[in-house]
Amino acid sequence: MPAKIVRLAVVDPDLCVGCMSCMFACARRFPEAGLGKAAIHVRSVGGVERGFTVIVCRACPDPPCAKVCPTDALIPRKGGGVILNPSKCIGCRLCQEACPFGAVMWDYDENKPMICVHCGICVDYCPYGVLKLEEVKGEA
Amino acid sequence: MPIADRDLGRILYVDLTRKKQWTEDRLDLFEKYLGGTGVATRLLLEELPRNADPLGPDNVIVFAIGVMTAMYPTASKTVAMFRSPLTGNLGESHAGGRSAVAMRMAGLGAVVIKGASKTPIYLSIKNGKAEFKDATALWGVRSTYTVGRVLREREPWPGTRSIMRIGRAGERLVRYAGVVTETYRHFGRLGLGAVMGAKKLKAIVIGGRRRIKLAEPKKYKEIYKELYDKAVKTPLMRKYHDLGTPANILFLNKIGAFPTRNLTSSRFEDAHRISGEHMAETRLARRVACSHCPVACIHIASIRQEYPHEKYFYTTRYVSYDYEPTYSLGSMLGIGDEEGLLRLIEEVEVQGLDAISTGVVLAWATEAYIRGLVSGRDTIVQPSWGDWETYIEMVRLIVDQPNEFYKTLALGSEEAARKYGGIDFAMAFGRNEMPGYHVGPATHLGYLIGARHSHLDNAGYSYDEKKLKENEYPPPEKVVDDLMEEEAWRQILSSLVICFFARGIYKPGIVAEALKPLGVRMSEEEILKLGWRIYSEKYRLKFELGFRIEDLRIPRRIYETLTPHGMIREEYMEEALSYFKERIAEIIGQNIPSPKPQV
Repeated sequence: MPAKIVRLAVVDPDLCVGCMSCMFACARRFPEAGLGKAAIHVRSVGGVERGFTVIVCRACPDPPCAKVCPTDALIPRKGGGVILNPSKCIGCRLCQEACPFGAVMWDYDENKPMICVHCGICVDYCPYGVLKLEEVKGEA
Repeated sequence: MPIADRDLGRILYVDLTRKKQWTEDRLDLFEKYLGGTGVATRLLLEELPRNADPLGPDNVIVFAIGVMTAMYPTASKTVAMFRSPLTGNLGESHAGGRSAVAMRMAGLGAVVIKGASKTPIYLSIKNGKAEFKDATALWGVRSTYTVGRVLREREPWPGTRSIMRIGRAGERLVRYAGVVTETYRHFGRLGLGAVMGAKKLKAIVIGGRRRIKLAEPKKYKEIYKELYDKAVKTPLMRKYHDLGTPANILFLNKIGAFPTRNLTSSRFEDAHRISGEHMAETRLARRVACSHCPVACIHIASIRQEYPHEKYFYTTRYVSYDYEPTYSLGSMLGIGDEEGLLRLIEEVEVQGLDAISTGVVLAWATEAYIRGLVSGRDTIVQPSWGDWETYIEMVRLIVDQPNEFYKTLALGSEEAARKYGGIDFAMAFGRNEMPGYHVGPATHLGYLIGARHSHLDNAGYSYDEKKLKENEYPPPEKVVDDLMEEEAWRQILSSLVICFFARGIYKPGIVAEALKPLGVRMSEEEILKLGWRIYSEKYRLKFELGFRIEDLRIPRRIYETLTPHGMIREEYMEEALSYFKERIAEIIGQNIPSPKPQV
């Protein structure tokens, strides 16, 4: 039986307290700390009293970031979103501009996009149930 | 093994007089002192002229973070150190919000601010560098909320930045003006706002996003998980998440330790109305966290107000509430109306004042007025317990300072009482207005001997709470020893810099383990010794700045109002202080006691 295809989903941004645990968790996928490699971002919507917005790949079935990539470095992923082939990427940042959610983060050290791989480590480190992994059904 | 993240050692020096800046690599300081309080004390020892006028260009402000900042959960505080215009002595104030992680992300371990600008400016700091920006138009803006809003639009790095700003109180040099960060957190105590105001420094925006190198990545992940799991599961953290710091109000009131009406009483009949429980049920709008802290203890309430000129036209505004403002601007002023309390807290935020000092100053003014020490001509309005609308007026008057009386109130309760009388009920310790606990002798000793005059220095109030379970109260020598030992350990927490709410998680053993993957090898014993060394260096600096135990005044009021431990005896306090004098002399003489391992 093939493995389940999952994608990350934001359950309810109003549950978010802005602790940034998800961002730090995402960066810890690599052997380093900090936020340089985080593919998820949380910021307030104009003052913390009004709540937070969680910016992360929405797993578009027909991703605009892939469509604008001039070198085919971004390939649509089964279940939505994209997979990055870093050796093809020239760092032109067109993908960043194309994403209406601003969910293509930038790795300034490598000069390449940081693409969410829908692994769910952020879900494990969200104490308030803001994020979840959901199964994608009926995909080709 | 050196600290793996070399950028932590970068210190940004800013000279506001010459509009110059430079960075120095001082990783050595962080390897020796871990950061925060330890490093800031060192930097002040190096930089601060001992005769500096707190409001002159010679005063120096140090902001410092620690080796654990942005590395482990709840390491979310920034330490600010400076010479306090309220006490004239060492000033130390800690704030949460986003400042600490933002500073690490900006590639800095500390920022040292010297000199003074002639015209209002603000600093925008990123990638380890500062830009000087004009703040002429921001100077005099009525509300700190507005200043935050303006800078939020103008500056980069939303989400990983901090906007630290002063209000009109700081501009007008109220000696207990604070610095507001992320709208609801503060470098509240001891007048950092006035120091920035005197330097014509309206705000500091700092932020960035970067990678941090590790010495042992695999071990780091393991320890991170252990600490994170502890942080989200411990009952103490749950308590602060549920109700926030006001969770303690009903308990403190029940045992009779909740200072009320300028400490003429230690119980407040309306405590339930301003309790954490009641506020959460009726007013709580949102809970918010400091950067990299899963606890989210910040509680924000909503104020819904109808405009007087038009029916059905409402404004909904937000204000954060905590234990200390609920005491100082609530029970201490006899305010049991939750709407009134929130509106008064809001005004204090708008002006950029320290909530604790403001409330205690107003409490002194009310009693002085009732007793006829000051007249209606002095006070302009007529203060009376519980009348929050008048207190809002008085907060504005403290900032505007239209007459001699309000000019004096802006100097603090000690100065006001020296001028107008009522020194026995001016509730300041070492010239700093008291926090909200009247639990027993250790509580007040803590205010007196704590190296930064915060209730959090050595937690005397918490010591007194624990002693309620025992039959006999310890002798003064024992209490002083215990408080000093706790305070020495807390120098480590505030050097790392860990929020004290997480002190139950960060014990010496796990601290030593958690330091290893970052590249710091220190044994438990070495860590405990370092705590004593920082404590001793801080006290050395305090003495050099003119601190004298003989000058410490104990407000007589504490002997007149019942505590849960009965009446406090004057002789007890005097014995304790004279013993402390011996002990601190030993310690300053580099005679560092051998540390006892903590349990």
